[in-house]
Amino acid sequence: MFDFLDQIFVLLKHSLVGFFPLWMQPVVSVLISVVVIICLFPALFALTTVLERKGLGRIQNRIGPNRTGPFGILQPIADGIKSLTKEDIVPSSADGAVHFLAPIVLVVAVFMGFAVLPMGRNMTLVQMDAGLLFFFAIGASTELSVFMAGWSSRNKYSLLGAMRAVAQMISYEVPLLMSSVAVVMITGSLSLGKIVEAQNHYSWGLPHWYIFTPWGLAGFLMYAIAATAETNRSPFDLPEGESELVAGYHTEYSGFKFALFFLGEYLAMLSISGLGTTLFLGGWSAPLEALNWVPSWIWFFSKLMLSICVFIWLRGTLPRLRQDQLMNFAWKFVLPYTLLILMVTALWRFLGPGWQQWVYCSAILIFAYIAMARMGMRREHFGPRKYRYAE
Amino acid sequence: MSFVFWVFAVLTVAGALAAVLLKNTVHCALALTVAFAGLALLFLDLDAQFAGFAQILVYIGAVAILVVFAILLTRGSETPKDGVFSKNWFVGLVIAAGVFAVFAWAVLASAKALPGPEGTPAATPEVTVAQIGQALIGRYVLPLEIVALLLTAALIGAVIVAMDEKERAR
Repeated sequence: MFDFLDQIFVLLKHSLVGFFPLWMQPVVSVLISVVVIICLFPALFALTTVLERKGLGRIQNRIGPNRTGPFGILQPIADGIKSLTKEDIVPSSADGAVHFLAPIVLVVAVFMGFAVLPMGRNMTLVQMDAGLLFFFAIGASTELSVFMAGWSSRNKYSLLGAMRAVAQMISYEVPLLMSSVAVVMITGSLSLGKIVEAQNHYSWGLPHWYIFTPWGLAGFLMYAIAATAETNRSPFDLPEGESELVAGYHTEYSGFKFALFFLGEYLAMLSISGLGTTLFLGGWSAPLEALNWVPSWIWFFSKLMLSICVFIWLRGTLPRLRQDQLMNFAWKFVLPYTLLILMVTALWRFLGPGWQQWVYCSAILIFAYIAMARMGMRREHFGPRKYRYAE
Repeated sequence: MSFVFWVFAVLTVAGALAAVLLKNTVHCALALTVAFAGLALLFLDLDAQFAGFAQILVYIGAVAILVVFAILLTRGSETPKDGVFSKNWFVGLVIAAGVFAVFAWAVLASAKALPGPEGTPAATPEVTVAQIGQALIGRYVLPLEIVALLLTAALIGAVIVAMDEKERAR
């Protein structure tokens, strides 16, 4: 029974594929998975928008949307209809072809990332040997679409937003990759399926997730910071800083093209949370051995939505960074610290199981954190504020 | 030569031609990206996963972005008045043909060097990412270290250039 519930989607797909002649089956099987992904994640996106607006409303002591449907849960449908019926305005000086292509490139690239995520036991669209590499390669091409959107609009705010976005994404892509490399070093595989399998062990009923090791915790925190910056979420939402740049690189987009950008942004958030879940939070494995009877896909999607809630919480809590703070933080703190995590991970690997690896690795990481924080704060003066850029 | 190969090949060549022939510099850079993507797809078609993904990660994720950044930061993307074609395009063509000939010769010669029964095409060796990693750390560790040293030197050089400007401004 538990096995059946765990594999229900896999079995459903197999029985559906069985209706087709043999030569069509491989194609149909892939097609069904693709259609499910294309339907499921936009549905999650709709859910996330409601969650975000309600959650932010509560954080800011408002009620949030509550007019469409019970508790405002039909709000995304209303939003969708609104953006579909809006006029699609293209600026007369815009570069037509590039302006048209930019949102499509973004959404296609973001959707492709979901292909390698293991969403449950036996629930991966493509079992790829180099799955992690694929994910990052596809993620890198979203930067180009942001640039295309900003440049083709012929608007200074769009261009400034695109420049900021691309600079930020390049800077934070390095720590994002580096913190994942630590996981690869321990697992010895780039395949996301194998990474989840390696974490799916229990001792005393507790899981062996990588977040429960010193290097894993530090790596996860760095990954989370880099992922927040990579998806242009607050507090790293300078590319769309509405008080400075109207809306950043998608200022000149309206109607459904704007909705596509919105979709792409949230899908990127979902996919990067999914990758973080897979790398550090044990993917589809249960948090306690006693809870193994709950279907694996429920765990994956619960962890995914939990990360989304943390993203929303961060957005409601933290103020936006300044551009120089953003760059200093990336290159002077996050990158050196992730390099140190790589070293510590190697140490962890060679010390072998025992109490030594816990003590030494934690001590190095905590000491380095305190030392770097002290050094970084040494030049800061907490007194009457002096404005360097806006006198 | 399957159908898929021809699709990717046409895509790559079309992208490369557009990169040369288009008037707007940013369009050229984007067309170059299409050519890079076509090359990556060709690698993937050959079952070379690592090379294909590295091609996307490095060339689309870094080189193309660097190219557009350089275009944006230096001058406008408008076409210069005297056209985009250099006067000595014929010399360029000869050099390009020469480089292509050398590469083609190297590729054709290496096909013979692969172990395989006489007269039949050599069996393609199965190469995994792990094997590539082991080769890089084992047999080819010296070239890897030399490249790392070169890149570090380039990085330090770039930082020094940037620092110099900052001090003069103060």
